[in-house]
Amino acid sequence: MQITQLLPEIALSIMVLVLFATSLGKFKAGTLNLIALALSAIALFAAVAGCGEQGLLFFDTYRVDLLSQIFKIITTLGLFLVISSSSGLRGITENLKAEYYMFLAIGAFGLVSLASSVELLTILMSLEISAFSLYIIIPFRNPDHYRDHLEAAIKYFLFGTIATGLMLFGMSYLFGVTGTTYLAGMAKVLPKLLHTEPLAVVGMILLFCGFFYKLALFPLHFLAPDVYTGAANETTSFIATVPKATAIAVLVRLAHTAGVEVGQLTWVMAVFAVGSMTLGNLSALVQQDLKRLLAYSSIAHAGYVMLGVLSANELGLASVIYYMGGYLLMNLSCFYVIYQLAPSGENLTFEDLKGLYKRSPLLAFVLATGAFGMTGIPPTIGFTGKLLVFTAAIQKGFYALVILGVINAAISAFYYLKLVRASYSQEDEPGENVVLSFPVKILGVFFIAAIILTGVLPQSFIALAKEAVAGML
Amino acid sequence: MEKFLIANTLSYPILSMIMIIPVIGALITLFLKNDTVLKAWGLIVTVATMVISFTLYTAFDASTAKYQFVELRTWFPSVNLDYVVGVDGISVLLVLLTTFIMPLCILCSWNYIKVRMKEFIFVTLLMEAAMIGVFVSLNTVLFYIFWEGMLVPMYLLIAVWGGARRDYASIKFFLYTFVGSIFLLVAVIALYVTTGTFFIPALMEHSYSMNYQLLVFLAFALSFAIKMPVYPLHTWLPAAHVEAPTAGSVILASILLKMGGYGFLRFCLPLAPNATMVCIPYMIAIAVVSIIIGGYLALGQSDIKKLIAYSSVAHMGFVTLGIFLLSSTGIKGAMLQMINHGITTGALFICVGIIYERTHSREIKDNSALGMEMPIYVTFLAIFSLSSFGFPGTNSFVSEFMVLIAAFAKYPLVGGAAIIGAIMAAAYMLRLLQKMIWADSDGHAHHAGHGDDAHGGGHGEEHGAEHHLFDLNLREIGTLGFLMFFVFWVGFNPKPLLNMMDSSVNHLLQQVETGVQKGSLDKVGQVVRVKAESR
Repeated sequence: MQITQLLPEIALSIMVLVLFATSLGKFKAGTLNLIALALSAIALFAAVAGCGEQGLLFFDTYRVDLLSQIFKIITTLGLFLVISSSSGLRGITENLKAEYYMFLAIGAFGLVSLASSVELLTILMSLEISAFSLYIIIPFRNPDHYRDHLEAAIKYFLFGTIATGLMLFGMSYLFGVTGTTYLAGMAKVLPKLLHTEPLAVVGMILLFCGFFYKLALFPLHFLAPDVYTGAANETTSFIATVPKATAIAVLVRLAHTAGVEVGQLTWVMAVFAVGSMTLGNLSALVQQDLKRLLAYSSIAHAGYVMLGVLSANELGLASVIYYMGGYLLMNLSCFYVIYQLAPSGENLTFEDLKGLYKRSPLLAFVLATGAFGMTGIPPTIGFTGKLLVFTAAIQKGFYALVILGVINAAISAFYYLKLVRASYSQEDEPGENVVLSFPVKILGVFFIAAIILTGVLPQSFIALAKEAVAGML
Repeated sequence: MEKFLIANTLSYPILSMIMIIPVIGALITLFLKNDTVLKAWGLIVTVATMVISFTLYTAFDASTAKYQFVELRTWFPSVNLDYVVGVDGISVLLVLLTTFIMPLCILCSWNYIKVRMKEFIFVTLLMEAAMIGVFVSLNTVLFYIFWEGMLVPMYLLIAVWGGARRDYASIKFFLYTFVGSIFLLVAVIALYVTTGTFFIPALMEHSYSMNYQLLVFLAFALSFAIKMPVYPLHTWLPAAHVEAPTAGSVILASILLKMGGYGFLRFCLPLAPNATMVCIPYMIAIAVVSIIIGGYLALGQSDIKKLIAYSSVAHMGFVTLGIFLLSSTGIKGAMLQMINHGITTGALFICVGIIYERTHSREIKDNSALGMEMPIYVTFLAIFSLSSFGFPGTNSFVSEFMVLIAAFAKYPLVGGAAIIGAIMAAAYMLRLLQKMIWADSDGHAHHAGHGDDAHGGGHGEEHGAEHHLFDLNLREIGTLGFLMFFVFWVGFNPKPLLNMMDSSVNHLLQQVETGVQKGSLDKVGQVVRVKAESR
């Protein structure tokens, strides 16, 4: 075992310890923010530096390969972007800010180790580390404006533990059927068993359920809208993006374990995907609260991503990685705008967006880029991601799924366009201009550039993703 | 590959340049502040693009049907996707139309746009790059990227700088076009999965089964029919045209509508020849319906811009008719009609914009009897209106005549129905002219010197004193004069343009014929499939 193989984990552990120390003392909010930002930047560098590492650690339960390192980069990037775009933590109660950063870091640590877990109990452990830290920070919201955060916290906690319970049940079945808890061992026997043993299918589905909950996929999506609305803007921006990416990492590994042939599992996942897409898009059409709209849109995107996962060929799994990276960027850019527009961390509706292009052209443009990206309009990463996912699905012959996906993309255009409409509408009394500090402006330009450039020049990302998929398990 | 393409022999990558220059110009716009500087910069960039693209006209080799000025770069090897652009006889004139119209768009917006000039120039320049990209892409994904990429700037043009109902019009335009093109994406991916390539000439080489061809044809045709637009799918057009600013209307009418026709010629006909043969009766029927109903709808309009919008539906009906007659004269007539319609209707929208700047109304009754006060303006208006309904000597006469010849040669009844549409065009345009140039503000013809008329002679003086409209200034004369030059040049000398199209049109017809023969061989049960050579 070399230290370079565990660089991101070590960096995040240091971050947790330092933030724990800060929570024991009294620090100003500005200092806390700088410390957290610096540490998350170090974690991001550590993840990038450790990108090429390979190895099997801890009795072969912890696998460091290209797939895990890519997702560690995505996770730490998400953490860095969340901390930098939510500078000042306006929505969190003053005396809990230090603990907030600490739990965010613990959550990121759990997610990072989840990306590397290749054994059922390790998966469980990493999932629980990340889940519990996120359960705790949901109610960290300034109580002056809201009471929903406590309801959201209870819902997230209860539903999360139920999902984990389902997952454990599935794990027990799989252990019983295959005789091993190692994914590598299961990969040898599971593809055949999935066609002969109903118990294996049930076990696999229940195992997936734990991750479908994190991904907010139908039928485990129910609490997503309430949780996203009730939690503070900063918390929502984290839980709407980073855990989903890591859930996809595990789903990619599990899909690879289950094999590429179409079977019962594929049918179940197809139904879930279609249900997700349709329900997410149709429900988002009538939303007024922006975070609720983004919650339903994330349910829809989970559906599109499942299309890639269930066509478990090389292009499918690689495009899923690319799509989730893009989705992270686009969703974070929308939450970035929401955060900047809410001076005391309140929830925003379409009313608050009116005349945005006069108040802050940069924010309006970032929102437009993120919204059009999520619709799938070229030349953004959302379009290229959808193109690749649909290509992978058609390669497997799932024409009906793709046509449904495409129709749903057309439906989604309406509510994403509503966001742009609201911000570019002519307003007689637009309100005062939004003043953005220079680092925040740089972040906005970074979002626009990243969304467009990664969409126009996808070759290096896709090549990396394909290599990761090829080298897995 | 070499059998389809002629690589670029110029010392610079001309096609990429005319796409990149507007984009770089747009990025520089973000740093400029003064309105006049912005307008001047927009004009400089568009004129520069126009001057550079002129080489496409002079250096074009009309004797070959291969794609010229081709640039090929690897872009996305993992899915066999390259950046490949080129023009042939079908697309080169449309690229030139785009680059020549854009400076006029900036010129006609000089005083029209009052707010957010920086974003306007930014969006217009990006629009130019996307539109050129649609015509020069030789790769289905690249085509789709530019096709969809046009939606956002156009949406912003209508939604931010448009008229009173711009919210409704922009959303309708966006959603209508987006839903149409979403099935195009499925067809593009399906073609890739069955053939392994995105490259358009290679896709044309394959032959597909009849059902597959039908689905591909329908998927592509839906998108292009919405864009054209053809009769039942045209309802986005009046709203978008009326509410868009002048520059937006000109871009929409002159260039965006042509992409539908271009799409049929580039994709539907060569990729799905058997499906084309099956669909010809329906497409011709829809075309004739568009011509006639477009004319009827225009006859009943009181809003000038809406009238011209419906006339666009009718003119594009001629284009559809010409394309699906599948004869050399017909297709060349259709393509020339696209160019002519771009020039003429663009000019008519600029005229409407000019008068709107003065009277702030688009209704005919508010803009009547202009002949007394704006003689230069009504000269231009009259010439462009004559051209609009195909008066001999103007450009549209040549193209409509060619389409009608082709129609009469194959289906005389269709030709007869189209003639009715042409007559209606004369009816509504002349009615418009009569009202706008000569009639009094209450709708009656101006009788100079007939004092004992029942409506009194006092009307003349009263009318003259109210408005006091300024005639055209030098900028407006320049814009309209530039277009008038082309109206007469193409009208009296269409040969150079027709020559440029000749080889490509013949090649296209050849492709359709061989495709149909292959398909009928399939049916007889003989040699089943001619495997295309891979690249």
